[in-house]
Order: sequence, then C-alpha cells, then structure tokens
Amino acid sequence: MKYDSQPTLPAPASTIGAVGWMRKHLFNGPINTIATLVLGYFSIIFLWPVLDWSLLSADWIGTTRNDCTSDGACWVFIGQRLDQFLYGFYPEAETWRLDTAFFILAALIAWLIIPSTPRKGWVATFTLVIFPIIAFILLSGGYFGLETVETHKWGGLSLTLVLAVVGIVAALPFGVLLALGRQSDMPIVRSLSVVYIEIWRGVPLITVLFMASVMLPLFFPEGMTFDKLLRALIGITLFQSAYMAEVVRGGLQAIPKGQYEAADALGLGYWQKMIMIILPQALKLMIPGIVNTFIALFKDTSLVLIIGLFDLLAIMQASANDPNWIGFSTEGYVFVALVFWVFCFGMSRYSMHLEKRLHTGHSNRA
Amino acid sequence: MSEVQKQEDQLAIEIRDLNKWYGEFHVLKNINLQVQKGERIVICGPSGSGKSTMIRCINRLEEHQQGEIIVNGVPLVEDVKKIEAIRKDVGMVFQHFNLFPHLTVLENCVLAPIWVKKVPRKEAEATAMKYLERVKIPEQALKFPGQLSGGQQQRVAIARSLCMNPDVMLFDEPTSALDPEMIKEVLDVMIELAQEGMTMLCVTHEMGFAKTVADRVIFMDAGQIVEENEPETFFNHPEHERTQLFLSQILNH
Ligand SMILES: Nc1ncnc2c1ncn2[C@@H]1O[C@H](COP(=O)(O)OP(=O)(O)OP(=O)(O)O)[C@@H](O)[C@H]1O
Ligand SMILES: [Mg+2]
Repeated sequence: MKYDSQPTLPAPASTIGAVGWMRKHLFNGPINTIATLVLGYFSIIFLWPVLDWSLLSADWIGTTRNDCTSDGACWVFIGQRLDQFLYGFYPEAETWRLDTAFFILAALIAWLIIPSTPRKGWVATFTLVIFPIIAFILLSGGYFGLETVETHKWGGLSLTLVLAVVGIVAALPFGVLLALGRQSDMPIVRSLSVVYIEIWRGVPLITVLFMASVMLPLFFPEGMTFDKLLRALIGITLFQSAYMAEVVRGGLQAIPKGQYEAADALGLGYWQKMIMIILPQALKLMIPGIVNTFIALFKDTSLVLIIGLFDLLAIMQASANDPNWIGFSTEGYVFVALVFWVFCFGMSRYSMHLEKRLHTGHSNRA
Repeated sequence: MSEVQKQEDQLAIEIRDLNKWYGEFHVLKNINLQVQKGERIVICGPSGSGKSTMIRCINRLEEHQQGEIIVNGVPLVEDVKKIEAIRKDVGMVFQHFNLFPHLTVLENCVLAPIWVKKVPRKEAEATAMKYLERVKIPEQALKFPGQLSGGQQQRVAIARSLCMNPDVMLFDEPTSALDPEMIKEVLDVMIELAQEGMTMLCVTHEMGFAKTVADRVIFMDAGQIVEENEPETFFNHPEHERTQLFLSQILNH
C-alpha cells in the first residue's frame, strides 16, 4: 500500500518548514522516531478502513436504498431523511418557523460572542427575555395566524436544541437564586438551598425524566393533561438549576470581598448590590462554566428518548427501523455523533478561548 | 437647650464601651471615643492593633458584640434600615480603593446617589463631575478604573464617597497601597477636604498629614486606645511608653 511509506518519504523542497517541524517533533532521537513510526503505522491500519468506508467508497447520490451499490457508507439515507432529522414531524409547510427562530438565535449569539459589537447588555437581555417569547410563538403557533403545531410533532435536532437552550436559559435565574441562597446569612434559606442543590446533583438525569413523565401526572387531578415536552423541560430545568447554582457560586466566590464592602459602605441594599455590582462581574467569570454545563446538557438531552420524545438520536433510530432503510443504522449513528460533536467541539473551543481572554483580562486589572 | 444637650448635638460619632471578639480573640477592648462635628482624627498603632476593625464598626462592615455606637444621633443596632441610613451619611475610603471595575469612573460616582438617595441622574452626574474636578481628574470620567494609576483610583474613590454628601468620612490607610510618588496627590486631596471642615477619621501612618490637619491623634495597641492627644503633645511629649516606642519606630526608619 502506498500510504504506508508516506511519513518517511523525503518532503519536497518547498516544505522545508514542515520537514523541520517533523524533525523536531516527530523524529528527534531514536525512541521518538520508533514511536512515531509505530503509531503512524497503527493509525493508518485503523484509519484507512474508516476513511475508505465513510468517504472513498461511499454512496452519496440517489433517492432509495437501491442507489447504494458499493460496499461503503450509504449517505443517501441521511440525505433522504435529513428533513426529519432536523425538524422531526413538524409540518413541512411550517418548517420555516423553526428556521427563523434558530436563525434569530444564531444571530443573537453571534452578536454576543463577537467582542467588538456594541450594546451587549441590551442584546443579552433581549435574548433572555424577549426572544424566548418570540421563539415560543414561532414554534408552537396559535397567534398571529400561525397554525398551532402540537409539541408531539416536534422532534429531531430542533427538539434537541429546544431542550438544551430552554434548559440552560431557564436554569440560569434559578441557579443564581440558589447560589445566593447558599451564601445567605439566613440559616433556613441557606439549608434549603444546600439541600435542593445536593439532592438534584445526586440523582441521574434519567431518573428525573422518568419522574417528570411518570410521577408528575400522579400529582395532578384526574383528566388534567400536561404537555409531555413541558414536563420534560420542567424536569431538566429543576435538575440543571442545581448545576447552574454551583457554577454561579464559583463566579461569586471569585469576586473580591472589597467589592461587597464598597457596595455596603455606599449604602446599597442587598439586591442593588448583587444586581449592579456583584452579579455583572461574576457573570463574566461564569461564562466558561455555563458553556461547559451547556455542553453536558446538550449531550444529555438524548435521554428524552426514554420518555418518548423524538430528539435527533431517537428520530434517527426510528428512521433506521423503517423497512425501506433497514441496515443503515451505522450511517445514522455516525451522522448523529458528528452533529453532536460539531456543536460540542465548537462550544468547548469557544469556552477555552474565553477562559484565556478572561484570564488576561483579570491579571490586567490586578 | 441645656449645655449637655448642646454638646450631644455636636457629636458626629460617639462610641461607648465598645467590645468586639473574633471567636475567642478579644479584638476591641472597652473603646470609648467621642468625635465632634468637624473634628479631624488620626488613628495610628501597630499592625493588628484593631484600627481597621474599630472604624469598620462605625459603618457596620463589622458587627460589635458589646457597647454602643451612635452616629449622628442614630444608635447603630441590628436593623437593616438604620444601618443603611447610617451608611448613607458615612463615607469610607479603603486601602485598596475597591472601585467597581466594570463601571466607568462616572458610573462609579453616580451609582449610589441614584439608587440609594434617588437623586435624578442629571443632577447626580453634575455632582459627580464637581467632585471629580475637586480631586483633579474630571478628564478621566469616562475611563474604567483599570485604566487609571493607583493614585488616580484612590482619588476617584474619595470622589465616589463625597458624591453621597456624607457627614463623616472614614479612611482606612488610604495611601499605604500607593507608590511613593502618588501618595502626595491623595494626601493633598485629603488635606483640602479637612480644611473645608469635613469630619474625618483616618487610619494612617502619614505623620506629616497628622501634624498638618489632625485635631487629635489616637494611638491604639492590642485592641485598646492607649493614648489620645492633640498632635503637638502626641508627637513631642508622648505619655506612654508604648507610644514612645511606636513613634520612635516609625519616625526613625
Ligand atoms: N475576620 C477576622 N477574623 C478573625 N480575626 C480577624 C479578622 N479580621 C481581623 N482579625 C484580627 O483582628 C486583629 C485586628 O485586625 P485589624 O485589621 O483591625 O488591625 P489593624 O490595626 O487594622 O492592622 P493593620 O495595620 O495591619 O491594618 C488582627 O490580629 C487580625 O488578625
Ligand atoms: Mg488595617
């Protein structure tokens, strides 16, 4: 195989820099050279079939399984079912509403992420307060002549995003209150916050979802139905706010005592002090932690399939069980994994970048 | 009005038999102190003698366990409303400035007047600019604290306190975190303030400042007020041995 010998081939003169780099990092000394060769050999042995299956001998074009003739992956399956993976059973004529909502969200997030944009405070407030209302109206309809789309039709990646975004955004205010409660001078408030946080952090999300879907209805009067998605969202929010509280607590602890004292000495009340002095500073420090929590939640949302909600993973599994496409679940899993990975990797890079920026920002100030 | 009553009215701060413990540690022991309106008092003493703790009790940054503190006739008790009322009238300047780093200099100055005293923003900004001019940095109003030098930050901190129009100003070693060349610019502001008749309690080891403006110098050691006198007597004829020792240490080095 010609690929075997590639790493040891002399590089063309135009890539002297690369050769130099390889000398320095891969071939400096006999042990490193052997390690490089052995690892290189094994990665080629293992990666080659993956590459071959997923790209080189894969089928890309067509409409049915009969178009998949080679022995590589059948991406036709993904292409044919892409709409379902993205929108679930949302009526096809209405999917523009999902597109619009997520486009607005992406624009708002871009605004908040890009350092040079003005009026971040207002945009953040808009994102947290006004946008959820807009998104709710767009997604579920019933107002302004928009057709009502019931939540059992929601699914796919859009449902995954709804679960994760609502989970984080709704958990933030509760998390802040819990973290403040945990720091409170009032013993009852403090103990209640600690108990709440420790209980929720001690149970797995899957049991929370079960309880939300099976036990919650038992507490409601007979005949009263309660949207399944809403139940899941409540469960996720309650669960997530405990984690959020710990992130917020970390942020609060990083604020020097002098800031509290200066606010006190000026006669600011407790809430004025928290809202205008402490939280704005702490929130900045909390962003990396929030992003990390969000990544964890984003992946955990696929657990909702056990209570019968069709997130991206569940809907892929359902599609792979379709008699027309039986036998292509590998492609499905690879695709889902890739989608999750792209989102999570993007967020984790962003959080790393932010940590670096905050770090330098902090040492400038000291 | 009786003589006694009249004198009571003149008191900005009265501390009676103040005792405070940190756990087992008796940090303030039977402190008695009366501060007349307009009086300038300098407090000095070795590290750990309780100077900071004492002045921080006056605006309830620290809680005391025994004794009475009366500020402008209002006794300091366990009542949030009373505490906030007293804090409105008592300004404090810290060793490490404690400016709010996420707000501009101007925002630092107008925040408390607007939210605590409910002053309209326009008026608060005008007042803030007036005080920033007094501390000689009006041109920095729109900068953030992190962009200023230590001396400038401390002057902003003084202006921020003055914006609340306090009756009493507390200073806790306002110059000891500053580079030598910046100490003077802060002391000048404080001297000017003293000459305008502000009631001041100042913990400092700047003996030049004490000689220039203080009406009384108080020496604390091990949680007690050991000696108090007008600067002339305090520096030239200290009564107590501990005071003499302390003075010889800080003056000779
Ligand atoms: N929160 C606290 N808990 C326990 N002990 C404390 C606390 N704050 C201060 N102390 C102790 O109380 C004593 C007095 O402290 P204080 O800060 O009032 O001294 P100081 O005279 O201001 O000293 P310095 O000149 O170093 O500022 C010190 O021994 C200190 O260790
Ligand atoms: Mg001190």
